[in-house]
Order: sequence, then structure tokens, then C-alpha cells
Amino acid sequence: MSTMPETLLASKQIADRRTPAPHVSMFARMLLRAAVLRRRRAASALLAMIVAAAVSTAMMNLYVDVQAKLRTEFRNYGANVVIVARNGQTLPADALTTVEAVLGTKTLAVPSSYAVARTKDGQSVVVVGTDFARARQLNHWWKVSHWPESPNDALVGMRAAPVVSANRQPFELTFQGKSIQLTPAGMLQTGAGEDGRIYLDQSEFQNWTGVSASTMEVAANGTTAEIDASIRQLAQLLPSADVRPVRQIMEGEANVLNKTRATLYASATLVVLTSALCVLATLMGWVFDRRRDFAIMKALGASERLVNGFFAAEAAALGAMGAIFGFFIGIGVAAWIGRVNFHAPVAPRFSVFPYVLAGSVAVALISAIVPIVLLRHVQPAIILRGE
Amino acid sequence: MFPRLVYESFRHQPRRKLLAGIAITLGVAVATAMIAVATDIGDKINRELRSYGANLVVTPQEDTLDVEVGGVNLKPPSDGAFLNEADLPKIRGTFWHNNIVGFSPMLPVTVTVKIAGDAQDVTLLGTYFNKALRFGKEDFTTGVRITHPWWKISCGTGNASENCTWPDDGSQNVLVGERLAAKLNQRVGGTIDISGRQLATAAILSTGGAEDDQIVAPLALAQQLLGKPGAVRRVYVSALTKPQDALAVQDPNTMTPEVRDRWYCSPYVQSIAFQLQEVIPHSHAEQIRQVAQNEGTVLSRIKGLMLLITFAALLASALAVSAAMATAIYERRVEVGLMKALGAGNLAVSAIFFAEASLLALVGGVAGFSVGTLLAHLIGRSIFSSQISIEPVLFPIILAIAVFVTFAGSAAAIRRAVKFDPVFALRGEG
Repeated sequence: MSTMPETLLASKQIADRRTPAPHVSMFARMLLRAAVLRRRRAASALLAMIVAAAVSTAMMNLYVDVQAKLRTEFRNYGANVVIVARNGQTLPADALTTVEAVLGTKTLAVPSSYAVARTKDGQSVVVVGTDFARARQLNHWWKVSHWPESPNDALVGMRAAPVVSANRQPFELTFQGKSIQLTPAGMLQTGAGEDGRIYLDQSEFQNWTGVSASTMEVAANGTTAEIDASIRQLAQLLPSADVRPVRQIMEGEANVLNKTRATLYASATLVVLTSALCVLATLMGWVFDRRRDFAIMKALGASERLVNGFFAAEAAALGAMGAIFGFFIGIGVAAWIGRVNFHAPVAPRFSVFPYVLAGSVAVALISAIVPIVLLRHVQPAIILRGE
Repeated sequence: MFPRLVYESFRHQPRRKLLAGIAITLGVAVATAMIAVATDIGDKINRELRSYGANLVVTPQEDTLDVEVGGVNLKPPSDGAFLNEADLPKIRGTFWHNNIVGFSPMLPVTVTVKIAGDAQDVTLLGTYFNKALRFGKEDFTTGVRITHPWWKISCGTGNASENCTWPDDGSQNVLVGERLAAKLNQRVGGTIDISGRQLATAAILSTGGAEDDQIVAPLALAQQLLGKPGAVRRVYVSALTKPQDALAVQDPNTMTPEVRDRWYCSPYVQSIAFQLQEVIPHSHAEQIRQVAQNEGTVLSRIKGLMLLITFAALLASALAVSAAMATAIYERRVEVGLMKALGAGNLAVSAIFFAEASLLALVGGVAGFSVGTLLAHLIGRSIFSSQISIEPVLFPIILAIAVFVTFAGSAAAIRRAVKFDPVFALRGEG
């Protein structure tokens, strides 16, 4: 009966445990131990990485999304496209459907028709037939005391009011011999041409005058190129009308938007660069601090490739982890800014993620490689002696 | 001894001090530039918003109703009241004259032109293009080229010559709207016969509005055609305004004197309108709500956005500075061990580090402020083609923030460094 001495058994067990373990596992174990043993410094490096990735994600998300948000704000300026029937004709009956088909139902289009009517004492006044529900949505700046509700209610412009009805009494208007009795439901104030007009419901107007819509104001959403394309498409579909952009609105918007975008771009670049600097400072310190590990590895016979690979893998892992956590935090920050400032959350853009990931890993690798390159020519013995 | 320790530390470790100093400088530079841009962005965007055109209109008090459809005025031209052109330079004498970017008088006159053989009514609009005026000792120019920046002139199709220009305000030259030009088959350099006058076409005008169907002429010419020298139908005023708040919309007649002074001395669109009425006799000034009401929202959105981004930038630069300081201190554990072994107390060691940190923060802060100022100027010039003004009061604030952030960033690292057992530190473990 052959029994193995206890010491031999123990060492064999250890050997058994070790032999099947492949080289990679040692590599992984080194990575893991490095992170666990110096967890405080590893955590601070990871934190810097996360903050940088989060700030960068938030900035990129905002940069992409804010332009769309601002465009929505600019739609408060009202119509940016106007469709006018040529030579005093009227627009085809299906014009509104055509416009909505081209621009989508979210687009606001307000058809209106014009007529010059006479008051009881013979004064001329411009009467406009329009869709009040749509006009109210399109023209946010209209100051209206009370929107008309019943069919015979009219919206009377500030300057037209004294002409038609001095003390807000019902009044009569005549157009080509046909007269209509109207109640001044509300007063309209805009500071522009609308102040001298009287607004009526479209169908009521058409019953009275027989004139159908001749112009349509459209608030089209989108970039200048998209709107230009829609205008061309509409011009083809509505050959009897002029489709033209409201240059005052389009150019003002483009101007302000371009400046804002440029400022945002400059700020985003500065912020992203600063965060990269933060990571660089933290990580370089961390790697430089571990020159002793580096020296021991080299003294134990590790090849240059292994040492470089080890530090690179460590940096890459850190960068990737920071990018993942930071990305989600950044999306949250962007959404919060959107809610606070624009009262609508900024949609998360996952297309930003590859850039954040690549950027994080690249910065981490740079901050790992620079100290390694600096230390490469130093003898391990000198480092280990603490000089 | 204390100053010498700090001095020697800077002398013997220039590389490390330089690294920390660079981090502080860059952090402060970014913070300065961002704060400067954020505080000035409101003013800059306000100016850009002027590209939407006039936000105020001045009309005669006794104004009669316009009967205008599709840009054609159906009312007899002699009807209605007028403002006096001679009163207009007084606009530069209002309290907020520096906020008034420009103004343009308008005088529409209905004239008859021959289109394809038959006579047709067309509106001729008299205005200033770029008129030189004088108020008191101040010379200035104003007109549609300032207040209506979206008005564009072109030489028209099929015209090779490049000699189309804006007409001179004293000339008999006119601009023809692009749709009218197409109807009239009018070319640049050709003439239009209006009431027996031969008017030369200086260029084709494109506005995207009613003016495309009109003729636009110098104001004096329109007054001659109407036979009313000095007459102006309305004046468009483009002014930089403050977004309206609760005070802005109050009625000035019901205010107490102090509130009224505050209202009068704020550049609200309402108070500028009030002041315009004061200087132009028999006038009524009104805000153009489409332009005036929307400015506030756009402005506050952009300002809010920049403010939040500035916070992000401040956070990022504070973290960068803290990280750099923490690294710099962590590397000096051996030194701390040595000092403590020689009998230095925690307080003495911390004092040295804090003295070093504040020195670094001050130097980095000053350098960073200068770099940041440059950066802000660069952004201002390249984006807004104007200077971004930096308030001098920003300098001490930035410096205080730099010192505070450097201290905060160093504090944790210093505490850990002094807690560290000197024996381990000296043996080189840890």
C-alpha cells in the first residue's frame, strides 16, 4: 500500500489546481486583482471616466436634439409657407388635403378667403373667412379677448372695431347686395394688418359671399432643405397657385438657429475636451503610480508585449465600463435639461453611443500608453529601489 | 521654514507642478469662456432676432382703416392721416435710443402702370433704403436695409450686367418687385412710366411678401407722386427689447411714480412704444405682436440652454482640476512620511499642501482667465462677428472659484496622505 507523503500530496493538489489554468486566466486574474486591491484609486479613475462619458453623451445628445426643439419654438412665429391662388382665382377644394398629404397631418395649414364688404354707412372693410380653431393654433401671438363660438360671431380687429360697431353692438355688413348680421364676439390685436380686418367662420363666410379660400398659410416643420423640397412638391401638385416661402420668417429662423448651433457646437467641444482632460489626468496618475507593478512584472520576465497588453487591456476595460455607465447617465442629464428648458424630454439617441465608447476607450488607452512609454527605458531595479 | 518648503517644492518638482498648473489653467479657461458666452448670449441672440424685422410700428393717431387685400391698397391714396417726416430723427432722442437698431418710414401710393396694354393699379411704396440722417450732433443711417434684412435685390433673369444696386435715397430710381417685374417684363436698367415720370429700375426686389407685387421707391419720390411733401403713412421701428414680464404689461397710467419710473427705464417693447409716442406728435405706437411676442420665448430658451451647459462645463472643469490635484498629492506620500517622521504634525503637513494648492490655483486662475477671455473673444468674433464683453467683476469670482475647487479637489487627497503611516510610506509600500 503506497501512501504519498502528506506534503507531496498537498503540493500535487496545488499543481493540479494550477496546471489546467490557462495563461489567459492568469491575465484576467491580474486585471481583476489590480482593480480589487487598489479599489479606491480604480474607483476614482472609473468615476472620472463615467463623468466624462456622461457629460459628452449629454452634450452630443443635446447638440442633435436641440435644433429640432428650437425649430418647434420657432414655429410660434407662425406660417413660413404661404399658398396664394393666381390672378384672383380661388384654391382648388382639395388644396387642404393635398397640403396635409405632403407635409403630414401634424402640419398646421389655415385656409382663408378675403372680401371687401361695406358697413351701413358705406365704409369699406376687409372681411376674412377663416378656420378659427386652426388660426388659433397657428397664430399664438394674436391677442384675442374672446374667440368666437357661434356661427354669427365675428372677431373684430382693434382698428376695424370703431368703424363697424362703436359700442360692441351687433352690426350689418353688405357684400354685392347680400347683407349679414354679425355679433362682435371678441377683439383682435396683433399690431399688423389683421387689426384692420374682421374675421368670420369660413363656412359662414362662404354662405354669405360665395367666395372660397384663396390663400393658405402653412407652418411647415423641418430644416430649410426639407421645407424647400416640400414647397417644390406643393407647387407641382397645385399648379393654379403660387407656393412661396415667407422669407421674413425663414431667414430670421435660419439666422438665429445657425448662431445658436455654432455656439452650442463650440461649448460642446470645450466641455468634451475638458472631460477628456479630466480622464487623462486621473488615469495617467493611476498608471504612473503603478510603476512598481510594472517593474515587478518585467523583473519576473514578462515580455514587453505582455506588459503593454496588460495595461492596455486594463485601460480599455475601464474606458468601456465608464462609457456604458456614463452613456446612460448622460441620456438622463440630456432628458432632464430638455424637460427643464424646453418642457419636452430630449429623445435618447443611441447612435451617439459608438462615438462615446470609441472616445472613452481611446482616451483611456492614451493615458495608459503615455506613462508606459515614459517608463520603458527605465530599469526595473531603479523603480523597485524607489528612485 | 514654511515658505522655503513651499518654494523648494516648486523648484524641485517643476514637471508635476506644471501638469497640475496646466490642468487648472485649462479648467479655468473653459469656465471663463463658458460663463462669458452664457452671460452675453442673451444680448447676442437679441441682436440676431432683429433679423425678423421691426417689432414696433408707429401710425398716425387719427389713422383710418386700411383696405388692403393681397398687398393692393383699395383705398384712395389721399385719404387718411399722415405722420411728419421731419419728426422721425427724434426717434434717436428717446430714452432707449441706443436700443433702437433702425427705423423705416413707409408711404404707399397707388399708381397706374400699363401691363400688357391695359392700365392697372399698382402700389408704389416710398421708404428709406439707407438714408443718412442727423439728430442733434449725431449722424446715423437707417432704412429697410437695416430693418428688413430679408429684402434681397437681384439683377433679374437674363441680365448679364452686374450693375444693379440699391437706389440712392435722393434719386428717381426704383426697385420693382419680382412678380410685378415678371408681369411687366421689366428689366434692370429699363424705365417705367408713372404719371408721366420715367423711373429707372435699379434692381429687382425679392421679399417673399406683398412687396413682390409692388414698386419700392425713395420716400421723397413717393411724396412727390402723392403731392404731399413730408408725409409718412407709418414707421417701422426695430428695437432691442427685454422679454416682457408682469411689470411690462401694466398700464403706465395706473402705476405709482416709482413703479412707473422702473417701467419707463426698462427696455420693454411697451415702454419703447410709449416713448415713441412721446417724441412723435399725434402718433400711435404699437408692438408688432408676431415679432415682439415670440422673441421672449426664443431668447429665454436659448439663454436657459446655455446656462445649463455652462453648469456642465463648470462641473467638468472642476472635476479635471480636482483629479489633477489629487494625483499630484498622492504621488508625494513619501515626502509626507518623511515630514511626519521628522515630527511634523498633520496640521503643518496640510498647511504646506494647501499653501501650494492656493499658489497653483492663483497662478493657474490668472493664466486661465486670460486664456478664457481670448477663447470668448474668438467665439464672439467667429460666431457673432462682434466682441463678447467680459465683466471685470468676473475676474475675482473666477479666481475664488479656482481656489475653492483646487482646495476641494486637494482636501480628500491631503487627508488620505496625512493619515498614511509614515513607516509604510518610507519603506515605499502602499
